[in-house]
Amino acid sequence: MLAKYFPNAVTMKGDFIQATWETLYMTFFTAVVAGIIGMAIGIGLIVTQPGGILENRVVYNILDKLVNLCRSIPFVILLAVIAPLTRLIVGTAIGTTAAIVPLVIGSAPFYARQIQNALAEVDRGVIEAAESVGSGPIAIIFRVYLREGLPDIIRSSVLTLISLIDLTAMAGAIGGGGLGNLAINVGYSRFESDVTVGAMLIILVIVFAIQLIGDFWARKVDHA
Amino acid sequence: MTNEAIIQLKDIDVTFHNKGQTVTAVKNVSLTVNRGDIYGVVGYSGAGKSTLVRVINRLQRPTAGTVEVSGQNILDLSSKELRTARTKIGMIFQHFNLMTSRTIADNVDYPLKGSKLSRAERKQKVAHLLDLVGLSEKAEDYPAQLSGGQKQRVAIARALANDPEILISDEATSALDPKTTSSILELLKRLNKELGLTVVLITHEMEAVKEICNKVAVMDAGEIIERGDLVTIFSKPDKPLTQDFINTATQINQAMEKIYKQAGTLGLDDHHILVQLQYVGATADAPLITELYKRYSVVSNILYGNVEILQDTPLGNLIVVMAGEPDQLNEAWTYCEDAGINVTQLDPNSEVA
Ligand SMILES: Nc1ncnc2c1ncn2[C@@H]1O[C@H](COP(=O)(O)OP(=O)(O)OP(=O)(O)O)[C@@H](O)[C@H]1O
Ligand SMILES: [Mg+2]
Repeated sequence: MLAKYFPNAVTMKGDFIQATWETLYMTFFTAVVAGIIGMAIGIGLIVTQPGGILENRVVYNILDKLVNLCRSIPFVILLAVIAPLTRLIVGTAIGTTAAIVPLVIGSAPFYARQIQNALAEVDRGVIEAAESVGSGPIAIIFRVYLREGLPDIIRSSVLTLISLIDLTAMAGAIGGGGLGNLAINVGYSRFESDVTVGAMLIILVIVFAIQLIGDFWARKVDHA
Repeated sequence: MTNEAIIQLKDIDVTFHNKGQTVTAVKNVSLTVNRGDIYGVVGYSGAGKSTLVRVINRLQRPTAGTVEVSGQNILDLSSKELRTARTKIGMIFQHFNLMTSRTIADNVDYPLKGSKLSRAERKQKVAHLLDLVGLSEKAEDYPAQLSGGQKQRVAIARALANDPEILISDEATSALDPKTTSSILELLKRLNKELGLTVVLITHEMEAVKEICNKVAVMDAGEIIERGDLVTIFSKPDKPLTQDFINTATQINQAMEKIYKQAGTLGLDDHHILVQLQYVGATADAPLITELYKRYSVVSNILYGNVEILQDTPLGNLIVVMAGEPDQLNEAWTYCEDAGINVTQLDPNSEVA
């Protein structure tokens, strides 16, 4: 049956496995790096914002502008523009690992905003209560903001992951490979639309899995 | 009750600058709270009450003035010293401000994590605190599962975790129904008695003050306009705003409103005046009225009477129509004042606040 509907795809099992692996590889390592950077910037924005626990106009403005700047560059252009930086970090500007650099720069600012929004939902009064029992900034960040904001942080992480998978599809442009590349450069270019559909289905499965796990987890930790 | 000052605010100013606008939320306020006091601060919304009390634990740095708490100059402390000082100043809020992601026990445990107690000691302490506020069975619940009054009890337990000497209550009962309010106030009173806790109670309801405070300050537009011990303020309020708060608390306002509506039937003229009499001591009313008749042939018709017990002192309130010759009425008035009674003529054509 598979052979009937996916005549080309079945002969390319190895390519599919390879492409899926590449997509997961890019997604995972980008998520880790962009996650840490985005989280740090998001927290930085929250604590330095006007009225924040470490209010600092200069730092806030720098972070805010930086995030906006990075977010306004279209990803395909970013891929090309930062090639020199990528070469500096990874040694080459081409390939799956090299794709992680632009992916990080493309998704970290988005994640930073998501984190900022999630943490902005934490009740100002709860922060004040923590201050009133003698908590310092570090305790408030880790034991109040990140903990109280966890359900929203999970939800925004899911959103960021999904949009990250979206970005990895473009990484083919710089030889990053992955399912997006398979769908376009093989399926679409060779008019083997079953390959395109197959790649799409795998991406959908990954996205749904992330969504499902994320929703379940968010609901589990949400006691509001 | 000793007379040792535990909180001393001197010449406090707090000014906010907001987009070119300047708001002076607190103006030149000095306030001394003694150890063991339950000090009420009343005022309408925006009077500057929250801003003033947030100065005590430096959640708000004053623009000018000095703050001394338990002998420490709060404004001179380093951030680390300030954090330690804050553990000795508990605070509870109108909206409870519990952490929704933590269980009740975990909320109460939160302030203890920085303390030197071992895990086991902390557990014991949390159990003790929950017992103190009567919520032992709820330890493993989450705040979302509790009623407002229960949430405030948790917040009180949390505020007491580090054995503070002072508890600041910022409108802690404003979101609660009257019965729950009473039970929370009772709890505060008990903590004051049993633990020697000094309480600063911010509220816009004089009822709350009436129930538990021994002292009260009235705030208006950033200033304290009147202050003193509870019975004195209630029996001899000086400022109209204070009188107004008291009248609402003693339900005199409602009575006045009804009386004013039927003012026509009272036949008020220079021989008939409508007055409010306020006095300390419950039994003064009957002899007083006979006395007024005997001495000045003034007939008093009681329209409304009320006795409040404040700090174990009865406080009477009467609204009467006094009838008699104008001179005699004047003398009767003076007689009342000489007897320590606060006399106010009421004008039925005015608005009841
Ligand atoms: N952070 C702030 N920035 C600017 N203005 C402020 C700030 N905090 C308070 N104010 C202003 O200071 C004044 C006093 O506010 P405050 O909250 O102390 O009043 P309050 O007596 O506690 O009132 P309520 O009963 O409504 O709580 C108000 O005019 C308020 O708008
Ligand atoms: Mg307030």
